[in-house]
Amino acid sequence: MKISMDIELTDIPGQLVLALKPVSDLGGNILSVLHQRDKKTPSGRIPVQLTLEIEEQGLDRLVERLKERDVNVVRIGKERLKESMMVLLIGHIVHTDLGETIDSIDSTGFAEVVELSLSMPGVDKKSSASVTLSAIGKEELKEALNILERTVSKKGIMIISSI
Amino acid sequence: MKTKPKLVRISIIGLGNVGRGVAEVIRRKQEEITRKYGINLKIVGVADLPGAVVDENGLSEDAIRKFKSGETAEDMTTLDMIKDVEHEIVVETTPTNVENGEPGLTHINTALESDRHVVTSNKGPLALQYGKLMDLAASRGKELKFEASVGGAMPIISLVNDNLAGNGIISIKGILNGTCNYILTRMREEKLPYEHVLKEAQERGIAETDPSNDVAGRDTAVKLVILANSIFDRNVSYKDVEVSGITGITSEALKLADDAGYVIKLIGEVDGGSSGECLKVAPRLVPKDDPLNVEGTLNVATIKTDLAGDITVIGKGAGPIEAASAILSDIIGIYAF
Ligand SMILES: NC(=O)c1ccc[n+]([C@@H]2O[C@H](COP(=O)([O-])OP(=O)(O)OC[C@H]3O[C@@H](n4cnc5c(N)ncnc54)[C@H](OP(=O)(O)O)[C@@H]3O)[C@@H](O)[C@H]2O)c1
Repeated sequence: MKISMDIELTDIPGQLVLALKPVSDLGGNILSVLHQRDKKTPSGRIPVQLTLEIEEQGLDRLVERLKERDVNVVRIGKERLKESMMVLLIGHIVHTDLGETIDSIDSTGFAEVVELSLSMPGVDKKSSASVTLSAIGKEELKEALNILERTVSKKGIMIISSI
Repeated sequence: MKTKPKLVRISIIGLGNVGRGVAEVIRRKQEEITRKYGINLKIVGVADLPGAVVDENGLSEDAIRKFKSGETAEDMTTLDMIKDVEHEIVVETTPTNVENGEPGLTHINTALESDRHVVTSNKGPLALQYGKLMDLAASRGKELKFEASVGGAMPIISLVNDNLAGNGIISIKGILNGTCNYILTRMREEKLPYEHVLKEAQERGIAETDPSNDVAGRDTAVKLVILANSIFDRNVSYKDVEVSGITGITSEALKLADDAGYVIKLIGEVDGGSSGECLKVAPRLVPKDDPLNVEGTLNVATIKTDLAGDITVIGKGAGPIEAASAILSDIIGIYAF
């Protein structure tokens, strides 16, 4: 299960590593860490946003272990990316910097490309791809689609979205 | 006690597929219509490119055929017939022209100015001058009806205006071009490339020799404009539509869609405009179990309403008798309801 978690660390070096360790101990995977050293909470703690993949059963134990390490867990968002949609792309998808196309979504922080299948019939022929976008909410998903539309239209790629 | 049926005299401008279809269905249904609706339909004039033939006692099937084949010459110009021959309804079925609307625009204007009702299948004049034409009709106390122009036999204009009266219409989404639907259906079924299927469609008479109006989405766009203006009371023209067609669709894309439980359809979408006005024609992913997933040359539209929820209609979008069916119901609608 994918979850997002807002935690607060004490302002002592080495706290982040300490906080992340239980995740891997419990068989989870860290997907992203947003560590804002310059922002402090009124109580002088440092806020960190985590996105991680962990078995549902492991979540309670993770929270316990974080507390044991003096890490405040202020918010847990289950299924952070809960809205998804598939779109198709047709055109010279790979040779127009596919990495950048995907990045335009992933860099938003609220949406990601979670799946991509590519069909390339021949070198000089157009490829087709199905792309699944996920986002934290309906509005964000719409915005992600807008961003993707703008990105690919500059590259002469056709986009087919769902009704 | 039976009252005498009301005489309704009709002229048909444009003796092509649809115009001749109208003549045929009137002939076929004449008695039934008189019996059911108390009106006696009589074709008193027909016009084609060379001009018009008229007969105030009614033109026979044979007279119309002879005129069409050039065996008999015209009696007068088309505009003279519209103006001077006594009749109630002008049926306008000349070719659609979205550049300037002609010759249909002049025919319709002349007919309304001569105080005749107009029933048309011609999209051009409506897509370009909907507001002006409706104002003219209203100022003359005449009807201008156009059910056949969108979706052929599939009822949509009168469905919304009559049967769904009282509902707020939120949006309409649909497949309004049978040729595109046929091509996409065959590409998916046979896993064949676009060019191949287009050729097959042309050989079968489903796509025209110059298919660009259909496959580039322009025909769908024109129909969408008619819906936007007539149902959503918007004031838009063809140039306001965001259009992309189906020429770029690959069989690989159809396969990817299929794997994920979708089909690709050319969808026209229009809404009332309160939340970000939409007026768009584009290939879209349609879930296989959605009512918009209809195959072959069929047309379909889902009308989203505030009271009735979603209503979906499916029907034959083209064909002379199918279009004539919509024209006939418009004609009857002027008198019977
Ligand atoms: N076919 C359908 O299934 C369908 C469905 C819905 C709507 N429509 C619309 O209905 C209209 C007719 O379609 P259609 O398939 O019947 O087309 P069509 O077969 O091309 O018929 C048009 C007819 O109009 C005649 N015409 C052209 N200019 C004229 C003029 N200035 N005055 C009088 N007649 C003139 C043409 O004569 P010539 O042949 O000598 O040029 C032809 O006989 C079009 O606007 C079309 O978009 C068609």
